[in-house]
Amino acid sequence: MIESKLDPQSAVYSEIVPAGEPWLGEIKQGQTFRIVDLHGNQSVDTLFYNAHDYSDRYSAQDTIRGQRNIYLTTGTRLLTGAGTVLVTIVADTCGRHDTLGGACAHESNMVRYAIEKRHMHACRGSFLKAILEWDHGMTKRDLTSNINFFMNVPVTPEGRLTFEDGISEPGKYVEMRAETDVLCVISNCPQLNNPCNAYNPTPVQVLIWDAPAA
Amino acid sequence: MADILYQELVQPGAAWSHVLKRGTTLRLTDLEGGANAGAVFYNFECPAERYNMPDTLKAQHIARLTKGYVLYSDMGRILCSIVEDTVGWHDPIGGCSNAALVRARYGESRYQDCRNDSYKNARDSFLIELSKWGLGPRDLAANVNFFSRVDVDSTGAMSFAEANSHPGAYVEIRSEMNTLVILNTCQHPLDPNPRYAPKPVQLAVLRSAPASPDDPCRLSRPENARGFTLTERYFL
Repeated sequence: MIESKLDPQSAVYSEIVPAGEPWLGEIKQGQTFRIVDLHGNQSVDTLFYNAHDYSDRYSAQDTIRGQRNIYLTTGTRLLTGAGTVLVTIVADTCGRHDTLGGACAHESNMVRYAIEKRHMHACRGSFLKAILEWDHGMTKRDLTSNINFFMNVPVTPEGRLTFEDGISEPGKYVEMRAETDVLCVISNCPQLNNPCNAYNPTPVQVLIWDAPAA
Repeated sequence: MADILYQELVQPGAAWSHVLKRGTTLRLTDLEGGANAGAVFYNFECPAERYNMPDTLKAQHIARLTKGYVLYSDMGRILCSIVEDTVGWHDPIGGCSNAALVRARYGESRYQDCRNDSYKNARDSFLIELSKWGLGPRDLAANVNFFSRVDVDSTGAMSFAEANSHPGAYVEIRSEMNTLVILNTCQHPLDPNPRYAPKPVQLAVLRSAPASPDDPCRLSRPENARGFTLTERYFL
């Protein structure tokens, strides 16, 4: 657990992302980006891209293999498949973030819960809405395995994947420094069928600070 | 006895691709023990639909693959089912090697000096093979590593299990769609062997019957029963 020294009053950008809605924004090299779990136990599904080449994007497998650990926390470098360092996590008061659970989708909800659940609002619908409105040529091909900030998904010694109650609480945050210009796409998860949001999706906050003066 | 349509040897460090039709099964055999076969999967008719690691893991609550489990696409359908397996653990999380990793670990080895024994890496291999099908870096997502095992402890730390696969071990994946399979036999990226030593993998394509109502993969979880239903609806 590493706390940040940054003052929210000095942030150059601050916005509340309502429950179940997407957010998309660019973070310039050297800027610091914070996501705050305002009400606790809210999964924040997040993708990162090199802002100058969207095919150069966050890779869960390369990131976890690079640090030989499946959880993200302070010190983690988020890597692309080509080896670009997108961001480094510099503060984290939650302590553990998921890399394997991915995002909910209309189709995966049909498999996981019931075929009749196709209509329920889902993260990959939010991701698609965000990238289509961004209108920079991104399509479903650009959606890859995302991070779930504030979500707790352990792996057992027998190779089982389990979804445990969240370890996040109101006000917990994760903060990262952009190592290159990045595009960030968030789906503030609307899932109602499992405990990833404590069955009650809530808003989160995103903040950006400029790089400290040299 | 299964009807073998054809066989092919994938040399150490080499690539292979094939549209594995619905109604056929791919058997991969680790001839020498300690092989690794990295693979990615696409719906050949619409490659925007592709193997999805998180959907596969969370639908079945697994971080390993073996007999009875299936490989999900991002569209709620089953690309392939694992119908036989003498290994017991195949890795879905460790990913693939790349040029920088191979150069750092094994040194430089160029074609001019080493001919067809020059060092290969899995990422470049995937990208080259994908490009033959009109696909590119945007289409390369998480891969499976057949014959390899990565353990995760309570702190999240990952470790490569040595001697996971023995000589003659095999796994059979039955295609539930017309599935573009792209694979290579590069070493696992966490393989601690300091030497470049990829192993060959023998492939056999077999004719196979569709999943029956009491198919073990279908019955292994209620999620998989729904996955088979959605896959069968696609072909109606």
